[in-house]
This record gives sequence, structure tokens and C-alpha cells, in this order.
Amino acid sequence: MTETLPGAAVPNPLDETAINAAVDQAVAAIAGASTLDELKAVRLAHTGEKSPLSLANRGIGSLPKDQKAAAGKLMGSSRGRVNKALADRTAELEAENDARILVEETVDVTAAPRRRRAGARHPLSTLQDRVADIFVGMGWEIAEGPEVESEWFNFDALNFKPDHPAREMQDTFFVEPPEAHLLMRTHTSPVQVRSMLERELPIYVLCPGKVFRTDELDATHTPVFHQFEGLAIDKKLSMADLRGTLEHFARQMFGDEAQIRLRPNYFPFTEPSAELDIFHPGAKGGPRWIEWGGCGMVNPNVLRAAGIDPDVYSGFAFGMGIERTLMFRNEVGDMRDMIEGDVRFSEHFGMEI
Amino acid sequence: MRIPLSWLREFAQVPAGATAEDVMAELVKVGFEEEAVHRPTDALRGPVVVGQVLSLVKEPQSNGKTINWCQVRVVPEGQEQTLTGKGIDPSGVQGIVCGAHNFVEGDKVVVTLPGAVLPGDFHISARKTYGHMSAGMIASVRELGIGEDHDGILVLSRIGLDPEIGTDAMELLGLYDQAAEINVTPDRGYAFSIRGAAREYAHATGTVFTDPASKVNAPAVLSGGYGVKINDDAPIYGKPGCDRFVARTVRGVDATRPTPPWMSSRLRLAGIRSISLPVDISNYVMLELGQPLHFYDQDKLSGDIVVRRAVAGEKLTTLDGKERALDAEDLLITDASGPIGVAGVMGGASTEVTDATTAVLIEAAHFEEVSIARSRRRHKLPSEASKRFERGVDWQVANIAAQRAVDLLVELAGGTAEEAGTDVGTAPDPVTIALPGEYPAARIGIDFTEEQIVTSLEDLGAVLEKSDAGWTVTAPSWRNDLETKEDLSEEVARLVGYDQIPATLPVAPPGRGLTRVQQQRRRLLQALADAGLTEVLAYPFVSKAANETFGVAEEGAPRTAVKLANPISEEQGYLRTSVLPGLLEVAKRNHSRGFRDLAVFEAGMVFLPGDTLGTPSIPPLGVKPADEVLDALYDGVPDQPLHVAAVLTGHDSPAAAGHAPRLWDWADALDIARLAGDVLGVELVVTQGRHQAFHPGRAAQLSLRSGEVVGYAGELHPKLLAAHDMPARAVAMELNADALFEAAADVVVARHISTFPVATQDVALVVPQDVPADDVLAALREGAGELLEDVALFDVYAGKGIEDGKKSLAFGLRFRATDRTLTADEASEARERAVFAAAERFGAVQR
Repeated sequence: MTETLPGAAVPNPLDETAINAAVDQAVAAIAGASTLDELKAVRLAHTGEKSPLSLANRGIGSLPKDQKAAAGKLMGSSRGRVNKALADRTAELEAENDARILVEETVDVTAAPRRRRAGARHPLSTLQDRVADIFVGMGWEIAEGPEVESEWFNFDALNFKPDHPAREMQDTFFVEPPEAHLLMRTHTSPVQVRSMLERELPIYVLCPGKVFRTDELDATHTPVFHQFEGLAIDKKLSMADLRGTLEHFARQMFGDEAQIRLRPNYFPFTEPSAELDIFHPGAKGGPRWIEWGGCGMVNPNVLRAAGIDPDVYSGFAFGMGIERTLMFRNEVGDMRDMIEGDVRFSEHFGMEI
Repeated sequence: MRIPLSWLREFAQVPAGATAEDVMAELVKVGFEEEAVHRPTDALRGPVVVGQVLSLVKEPQSNGKTINWCQVRVVPEGQEQTLTGKGIDPSGVQGIVCGAHNFVEGDKVVVTLPGAVLPGDFHISARKTYGHMSAGMIASVRELGIGEDHDGILVLSRIGLDPEIGTDAMELLGLYDQAAEINVTPDRGYAFSIRGAAREYAHATGTVFTDPASKVNAPAVLSGGYGVKINDDAPIYGKPGCDRFVARTVRGVDATRPTPPWMSSRLRLAGIRSISLPVDISNYVMLELGQPLHFYDQDKLSGDIVVRRAVAGEKLTTLDGKERALDAEDLLITDASGPIGVAGVMGGASTEVTDATTAVLIEAAHFEEVSIARSRRRHKLPSEASKRFERGVDWQVANIAAQRAVDLLVELAGGTAEEAGTDVGTAPDPVTIALPGEYPAARIGIDFTEEQIVTSLEDLGAVLEKSDAGWTVTAPSWRNDLETKEDLSEEVARLVGYDQIPATLPVAPPGRGLTRVQQQRRRLLQALADAGLTEVLAYPFVSKAANETFGVAEEGAPRTAVKLANPISEEQGYLRTSVLPGLLEVAKRNHSRGFRDLAVFEAGMVFLPGDTLGTPSIPPLGVKPADEVLDALYDGVPDQPLHVAAVLTGHDSPAAAGHAPRLWDWADALDIARLAGDVLGVELVVTQGRHQAFHPGRAAQLSLRSGEVVGYAGELHPKLLAAHDMPARAVAMELNADALFEAAADVVVARHISTFPVATQDVALVVPQDVPADDVLAALREGAGELLEDVALFDVYAGKGIEDGKKSLAFGLRFRATDRTLTADEASEARERAVFAAAERFGAVQR
């Protein structure tokens, strides 16, 4: 690489023609440079210390005073033109260069690896939160209690008479020794009793949680499952309020077309008692009625057990299974899928239900 | 309860074409859930007719068997065969090969003709067998699906029948009947009878009901019968075990007579096997009227019958042949010989009615519910009788049921009724309930008319008397579940229809939202899931060994756990004291299903019994217990903190092109535990831990600043993993989540953010191998003082250049003042103080 143009004569800084020729030559060389390296060589040749224009510029110093201004003006504008051409070409070539590098850096985005595990909540857990949120939105509070419970909270306080068949039908896990009167709660109703004993009236609480029955695990049974139970104690509540609450909840869960139906049933802790069916508009195989849970007006004996005067207050209660809800809402065909902990089950749901 | 439709029709107006499904659809409206349909014709289709064996030729076969080649007339002589079809002989006589030998020429039998289908989808057709074209089958009860006996074919004369040849045998045997099975809730004992079911059917359909009790002509007063004394000296809950005992005698009974098909078919549809005529009659009356009966062979009785409680040491051999040791609480039927039955549960073998019995003593008694329930449970003897007594039987129906049994024994068994009879006991006071007029409407939310209330209750059988405020209602004798105005309100609503209840939405007072702990729990679960872990929910049932391995850190430390009295499996007979055993099982299950890279977690309660377990007694229902009684109930419930645990094994992420996953290691377990602390704003102090479930050198004990130990994290013990068929390396952590929630600050106080420049200095310290890095870090922090903004361990080195048994720890220190720019000297000075503290405490030497 040379720093001068060999054989080029040093032009006179007053010789406009010669200077213009040098500028044209420089501009042409700049335009002809196809890489940044070539451009660098061109720059040195045409603007370096020994380039004709630099030398001509240096020649201004030896000119007579009265000619310096004219020469300076000519040289200034000439070098300006060359520098501008250089800057433009540099920008052009840099842009080209950048574009080429980026093109070379192209990857196949469809081959991107997953670098993080995708975690998941258990859908029973997520559904439990969703139900709780609906009731919290209605001003209700969420109450919780122990899973191993005193027999009194699980049965007697709920008006299960000793020796009554209803008590036995609960298929209870008892704790050793039986004289301790402890058991695994068979429903979340003991939390209702605790709520009535511990909270101020009126009470509007939802009690979600794990419950236990001595059923062997199969496609439709499990000894450990989840429920949510609601309890409202206030003045002048009637079964119409129960119906309205359940209808509102059903619509929040299953859409505006959801309906509920009550059928007479028996529970020791409610009188009247009802079986609750839901008309599920999105059910697999078409809209239909599905058994969902139980409900009723709180039996006065239950209120009395909590020291609440049944002549002043009345209340309603309801309870549904979370597994059952998930089964028909999300088309889970086999109870075991929810129980066994196969990661594919939870991971399919991710954080949603 | 199974309801044969033919039986229901006797007392209720069931439309002619109604099916069991139709009946169930009606009954569900009044509160009886559908259970099943029992319909013989679902599995059995004709032609099935009565045939007479004209000839029977015994043909020995080469296989040692002898078969009968029979000509069977299936159309009366002189009449034409009207049935057509392949294999049906127009002559009216079918050639049939039969392997059974319990019949002779001239017997009338049941013939399944070609085209018939028997239970088990067995199609009858003419087929070549043993050298003959056999066109049909001579049927046994088993083949018809109406009994278990398959030793021989059904010879109709033996069940007392002599029908015309060609008669539709399905009609004859009651096989066109069907039964609706409903679920009866435990409060409605009366519905365990055709009487109760028919009444409910009438309620549901608004049609007329005929009480079967009204069809029986029972004498109003009985006297002079068999001697019976009721002598209960230990009533339960103050209620006498027996308050009525009706006894009737029928003599000259032929117990060997067959049960007529109409009766056996109804019993069969009702789910009760035909045993013998007397037994069938007692069951039939029980099903019809709801009153369990017991029949004694009167000639085997000695002296008066006494109903009393058992005496310690007494024994009884019951009908099932088992000798039972009786409990002092058992209510017994006794005679001079001693116990002859556990009242209402099962009779004794010594006085049983047999084929030889001619004098039958009928017992129709009323026993108290709890007494029967306890005896049934104690002796594990569930029976149709105890099921009804436990739920309550109509006191008034005993005499009527006894009469109905007398009538049937006379009619079907050829007996003669004795006019004298026994009826001892005292009727309970009728239950009267004050029902304020406006109460049902207030309770239900329907504006009932007065007529709706009155009609509904009268339909039930209640008697209403107008009172100032409303009505005084006397409950019917069969409805022991009606005691309060709430009960009556339900009945009115039930009969008017629950579908009439309107919907109103009550507005709750302003709520407080989720509690802090509820929010913390959600945040924790979500954070772990967001970090890539999968939530699972395992059972809390574990083995004793699992609790001993995971529950307590120190080997040899005292262990307590809650034991179940009736676990699903004895092996898993305890409640967990740690979440890890279940989680490890889940990991193992996933591993065995081919998932090698796992990160699972669970948050669940563990069960930690304290000094007191439960309470020796529990207070009665319907009253609020005294405060100290309630306190004792609360205190007796074991501590049940929420634990959160995770198990990680395999790689941290899926292998993929351009990505090399990393194996989970002990530090990941610790990191996840720290994440749990971080999202709750709780600092976890890590120290070298010891826990028999963990690798002895790779376990961290996690504590709060207060010193409370809240968990462990690290690599699981390789031996433990091997015992679980798990890969050799798996890591885990477990934390007491409740303790973390509790430790979280109520209010986080802001820290001043200094904008002055930072001064960073590194230091490498050589310390003995066994000095924990975190302790050195703490010493540096303390020594450096308040100018130190942050310190982090960035390198650990041992080997060349470092003395044996020592290691080099490199820390980066960041200094900053809140009020000025630090000079280099100030920062160095602080660093020197830090190094000095480490040197003083651990002999740390600067490298």
C-alpha cells in the first residue's frame, strides 16, 4: 500500500483545474473502493500527508500573502468534498458490512433449545384457588382447619347422633387409640364449626381442604380427596338465598348458561337438605345435568353446638368435591391420574386449568 | 331398596307401560336417588314355554356320559304350533338332547325354544349334537338366571305348578316383572318397604296410595298367646331396648311346600334369595310392611320368652352356625334354655324353623335403634332386619305384620292360625311439633299457601290441629325422623317441589380477602412452580420406617407419629411427619415410567402429636360445650404444620441441540429452599447439617435468624435411594412453611439507597478445610462494619499451592458509604478489619 500516488505532480494550490482534477480523481477512487480496507488505502493515498491535495495545501504557506486567501478557500472546499465523499462511502461500506455480518449470523430459530424446565401447579390446587377467588370476590372469607380432627367437630357438633347409621356411612379413618376420639376429617364441615365458634356473626366463609374416607383407590374413588364447603350464617337466610348463591357461583365457574337443580336428600347437619345438580353447558358429549354436591339449611342443633341462637340466626351450607369438579369440568377420566403424581398430568395443565 | 313394579302396583297407581326407569325418575323428585334397574328381560328373551316330556331315551356316550334324547310337547295336543322360526317344529313337539337326569317322562318343564336368548347372551338354536338335531333346551333355574341351582332342570311340579303346555314360562315365573332400585337415606327407615316406597311414589306423582297395612285384618287386641316378658334393666340412653313384642302361633304348617313363583320372583327382584316357604314369607312381609319378623319352631321353645340384656359370659350359636360371645349390652331373646336370639339382629340355631317344623311362633317386635346398631356392629352381623331396626320401624305395624304372616302361612303352608296371641309393650308417646304458620315460608323462601302446608303434611300421614300461631302437628308413627319445625318445613318443600324455590343472592358484609398466610402459601407454591418444579399431591399415609427415616433429623431422637386405627393398609398405617416419603414415592413412580429428569414438590400438612392426644370423652351434640371442654378439644388435636418439600433427580432441563443440561446437585436443593425463603422475605441460615435421610457430608440444616431449625436440604443418602430403586443421585429439601410464614416481617422497613461511588476489593483467605465458608463470610461482614455493602464468595480452591487440609476462599467485598465518596484508604482499612476478624476467629491467612 502506498501513501502517495506515484508520479503525480504536486498541483499548485491556485490552479483550480489541477486541484479539481485531483479532487475528481480522489472522489472516483473513493467511489471505486469496494471494501473498507480498499477505502482505507484510498483515503491514505488521497488525503494522507503525501497526497497531492495535502501537498498542495501545504504549498499555501509559501504563496504570497495576497494569494493565500484564494488558495485557502479553494483547498478548503476541495478537501471538504473529498472528506465528505470519504465519509459517505465509509458509511455505505459499513452498512453493507454490518448487513452481511448479520446475515451470516442467521440461526434456525425453530431449533432453539428449551433451557429451563417448565414447572406446573397441580390442577386440584389451581382449581381450589380459582374457587376461593370467586367467593372472595363475593365478600366471603376462606377458613381452614386441621386434617386430623376431634370427633366432636367432625360429627357431634354437626348433629350426627352417636350410633346413627349416617355416622357409619362416612367411612371414617380413626386415630389410635379410639378412646382419644380423634379421626381424619371426613369432610371440611368441622372447619364450619370452628368458624362459628371463632368468628363474629354474620359469617360467610368458604372452607376448602383435604378430606379422608376409607375407600380404596380406583377410577372413581380415592381415600384422600378435596372439598370446598360454604357456610353462611345471618339473620333471615332462607333456602332461596342458598339457591341464589349456588347459581351465582355456578355461573362464575361454568358460564352464564349454567343452571342448578336441587333434589331432596338427607344430611344430619342440614334441614332441609338437598342434592345439588349442575347443568353444565360445556359438558363432554353435550350440555347435561351432573351431580355436583350437597347442601341445605343449617340444622338448628349445629347452630346450638356453636352457641348461636337458631331463633335469631339461620344459615345455609353447601359442599362440593374438587376432584369431581375437575373431572367433569376438565374431562379427567380416571381419579388415579389426579392422585399418582405422574408429572405429565400436572405439566399438561401448567399454571392454568 | 329394590322395588318390584308388580308389587308397587298393588298399592300405588303406576301407569301400565311404566318402566323401572320411569319409577325412579318419579322417586328422585321426592329425594330417592336412582341406583339400578333389575329387569330379567334385559338378559332373557323368549320363546320360553312350558313343555311336557313325552319320551326320554337314555343314550350312553363314548365319553362316559349318558344323555337323554327327549321328545317334548310344547303345544297342547290337538292345537297347532303358532310360533314359527328356524328349528321350531310345526308339529308342536321338539326333539331335545338333555344332559340332566332329575326328570322323567310326563314331567312339565321349561323349554327354551330356538330363537330364545338366555342370560350371558346365550342364543338358543337347533344344533346337531350327540347324533341328534337338538332343537331347544330344557332349562335349569340357573340357565334362566333365577337361581343358583344347576344340578338339574326345573321340574314345575316341584314348585307346585301344573300349567298348561305351551304357557309362556316367563310370565309363569314372573320374569316380565322389573325392579327399580333406589338409595334410601339413613333418616328414612320407612322407605325400606313397599309400603313406604308406594307412599312416596304417590307423593311424587300426586296419585292415590293404598296402605298395605289397611288390607290386613288384624285383631285389635291379642291375648292368651305364648308367654312373653320384656325385662330390660339396662336401657341405652334411657330408652328401653324393646317396647313391643307381638307373638302369634300357626300350627300344622308344611314347611316343605314350595314357595309360589309370584312370591319368589318378587323376593328375587328385591334381592332376597328364596330359602324355604316359612323364611320366604317372613322376608316377604318384612319387604311389604317394613316390619322384620322372626319365626321360631314353637316346639323347640321352652318356657316363656324373656327379652333382656345379656349376662357376661353368655353365648349363643346363631343361625349361621357361629358361636358368639355376648356382650352385656346385647339385647337378647331368651327362653328357659337361655339365649335364643340377638334381638333384631339374628336368631339362634336351636329354635330355627326347619323342614320338620309344624308349629311356627311369629315374632313381630319393636326394638330400639341404637341397641340394634351396636349389637350389629359388635357381632359384625349386618342383616335386612337390623338395617330396618337401626333406622326405625313403625311401632304400630307389628301386630299387622304378624297377622299378614299368619295369613300367608295359612294360605300357602296349609297352617291353622291360633286365635290366641301375645302383644306386650307400651306405645311411645306420639311426637307433636308446634309449627308456626309462617315458618315454612321463612325457612324455604317459597310463599306457601296454607293449603299447600296442610295438604302436604296430611299426605304424609301427619295429623294437624290448628293453633294460635299455626298448627300442632302429630307426626305419623312410621316417621321417626320428624321431630322439629325444620323437618316439617322440608317435608312441605319436598312435596311442593324443590324446583319451586326461587333464587335470591344474599350480600355478605365487606370481606377482608385472603389472609396473609393464604397469600404467602399461594406465593410460595407459585414461586416453586415458576422455578420449574411440578406440584404433586401425595397421600399422607406412610410406614413407621418412613417416619423414622424422614421425620426426625437425629438418629435415636424420640419419635412420635399419629397411628391410624383402621388404615387402608397396615404397611402404611401412620400419618406422615414429613412430606418427603410420599414425594419420593411419586418420584420413584415417575422414574419407573421413564421420566429420569424430575423436579417435584408438594406442600402438605404433617402430623405431630404432642403430649396430649385427643380427649377421653366428647361433649353431647346440640349444645355449646363449656370453654374448658372446648379448650381440651382444641388442645387434643395434634399440631399439623404445613411443610413444603421438593425432590430433584436427573437433569435440570431437557437435553436439546445446542444446550447441555446440568445434573441437579445438592446446591440446587439448597437454592430452592432459599428461593422459598426469598419469596417470603425470610432469611435462611445455612449450617452443615446431619440428617439420616441425607448424604452425611452434603446436608444443610436451615434455620431462622432466631435459631429455630426449619428444615433440611441437600443430597439424599445413596443407600436410601438404592432402597427406593432410585438413581444414585437425588437431592431434596423440606421446610416448615408455617414457620416461614410466621417469620416473615409484618412491615418491611426501607433501606437508604446511597448514590456515592462503590469501592470493590477482593480478598483470598486460607482456612482449615472444615471451616464453613458461610462462617468466614459472616466474620468478614462483622469485621468490615457498616461500610461493607455486600460480600460474596466467588471462588473456593484447594490443591497446589495450598497447604494440605486447608482451602482458599476468595471473596469480593463491596464498600460504600451513605454520606460520602470513600477514599481508597478507607476501603482498604475496612477490608483489613474484615480480614482481621476472619483471622482471629478461624486463623484465616491472607493469600
